[in-house]
Amino acid sequence: MIEHLPVLPLVVVLIAALLQPIIGLRTPRLAWPLAVAAVGVAAGLAAVSLGVVVGTGTMRYAVGGWEPPWGIEVVLDRLSAFAETVILAVATFALLAGGRSVRDRHVRGEPVYYALALLHLTGLTGIAVSGDLFNVFVFLEVASISSYALVATGGGPALAAAFRYLVLGTIGASFYLLGVGLLYAVTGTLNMADVAARVPLIAGSPLFAGGLVFIVAGLVLKMGVFPLHAWLPDAYTHAPSHVVALLAPVATKAAAYTLARTFLYVLGAGELPIATLLAWTGAASVLAGGVMAVRQVEPRRLLAYSSISQLGYIVLGLGLANAAALAGAYLHILNHALMKAILFIAVGAASRGVVGRAAISWRMPITATCAVIASLSMIGVPPFGGFFSKWYLLEGALASGQPLFVAVILAGTLLAVGYTYRLTEAVWFADTAEVPGARREAPVSVLTSLVVLSAASVIAGLASAGIVDAVLAPAAPGR
Amino acid sequence: MSYAYWIAVALLMLGLYTMIVHRNLFKKFVGMTIFQTAIILFFLLVSIKRDASIPIVPPGTTAAAGFMNPLPHALMLTAIVVAVATAGVAFAILIRLHAAYGSLEEDVIGAATPGDGTPPR
Repeated sequence: MIEHLPVLPLVVVLIAALLQPIIGLRTPRLAWPLAVAAVGVAAGLAAVSLGVVVGTGTMRYAVGGWEPPWGIEVVLDRLSAFAETVILAVATFALLAGGRSVRDRHVRGEPVYYALALLHLTGLTGIAVSGDLFNVFVFLEVASISSYALVATGGGPALAAAFRYLVLGTIGASFYLLGVGLLYAVTGTLNMADVAARVPLIAGSPLFAGGLVFIVAGLVLKMGVFPLHAWLPDAYTHAPSHVVALLAPVATKAAAYTLARTFLYVLGAGELPIATLLAWTGAASVLAGGVMAVRQVEPRRLLAYSSISQLGYIVLGLGLANAAALAGAYLHILNHALMKAILFIAVGAASRGVVGRAAISWRMPITATCAVIASLSMIGVPPFGGFFSKWYLLEGALASGQPLFVAVILAGTLLAVGYTYRLTEAVWFADTAEVPGARREAPVSVLTSLVVLSAASVIAGLASAGIVDAVLAPAAPGR
Repeated sequence: MSYAYWIAVALLMLGLYTMIVHRNLFKKFVGMTIFQTAIILFFLLVSIKRDASIPIVPPGTTAAAGFMNPLPHALMLTAIVVAVATAGVAFAILIRLHAAYGSLEEDVIGAATPGDGTPPR
């Protein structure tokens, strides 16, 4: 059993996705519990495999018994097990919280929605565990195509946003594929470990440089990092709130993971000039996303631009590529997934079934408290998770000897204070002077998710030293 | 470099140009398809060798020199499936867009949506 751990979470989610339409024929009401249970089980399996990998080292699995280089290899090391666990665990609670909203919107279409959501998660899980460059492209597209359809379920302006997302997402994936093709032309293999072994021999080749540039450009586009972020704000603003709460925390993190995996581990580009360029791209994204977020009036659009800013931190850390900066970037994958899940779920809950926006902090105290916790984590206030990822990033920026990056990280924090203040004031504490109505908290499923994710955000902060020492520091390339 | 690669590059640029310049969403989709096809063509070019045959190996042959590399063809079969799936979703979205706005011109659709991105209430 334990030797199948690398593929089990993927298989569980995929089978659940395929079961959805069958179940939907007779008992569409079971779609939601089945989806949450399947992703929950997969998250548990991913957590177990993370424990095994930390204990006994990297696991390799030849799919279908076909040994590499002929077959496709699934590789579970610390970084991939960490990414897989974060994605599936956060997605479990996003699905749990979104259930009521899905039920209201798709009266008979619940199984279709969950089939798409589970296919999306299948793709993301596959991205995390695959050890083959082309296989990553396939999973990237499985995840992306289902997310275009998920965004489009919003109708009206969401359709236009989904189409733009589709066109730009396809360009991103095609760039990645072209980069893989150039690398294949010069290395003759698609297996990540084999390509990594041959990189020192081909480092001077123009095909290597071309492949590297196309892969990085494609993945930065998929992440939605400035200046390639054009698809992100509209998609996050117009898609239904349960869709955004699922996509925003995890989808861009899978692209960030792929960028880390290919850029640092397969292509070993942490020391090349392009790494500095990547760091500057991240820094630009931190500032540009933050400046645009401060100017927004619509809560979800504000959160979308803050995502661009926060993803910039991850790219900045990957570009700096020293031990502390990488620990910060990886930790921020976890922390940003948690804070964005909380905020999108909370904003979705606040905008539903409430006439006017008066005194939501009084009417929905638990929702508002969780949202404030996530906002503090986004600013980087201790002891919440976001503080620690930024702390490691700051350490990495200092170690790189580039004081400007330190300034960017601090400026990004100031901008985060600006836009979270705006969000908090506009959504939770607007018109508190009005006579408050009856307390009308969000449904239990939403509250459970919010409380668990908020607790996780605090625990991730308190346990960050342990997470870095056991999982993330040994995962740095070259160890 | 063989001239055939320049054809792939030209198609890639043509696709990108079409996607950027045209305001009609269906034309953007056409550009996207040209763009994807150019990449498929590029992969197939990588597998081609002079004086090589199709990779069907008669029994007893061990030398690979006389055969083309079949792997890029297998990869592109998958990439074509991905492109078809993308096209299916794109068509579905375009049909719904046309039903909702009566047009596929970006300007018409943009004019019907509030500029600050606020969803219509």
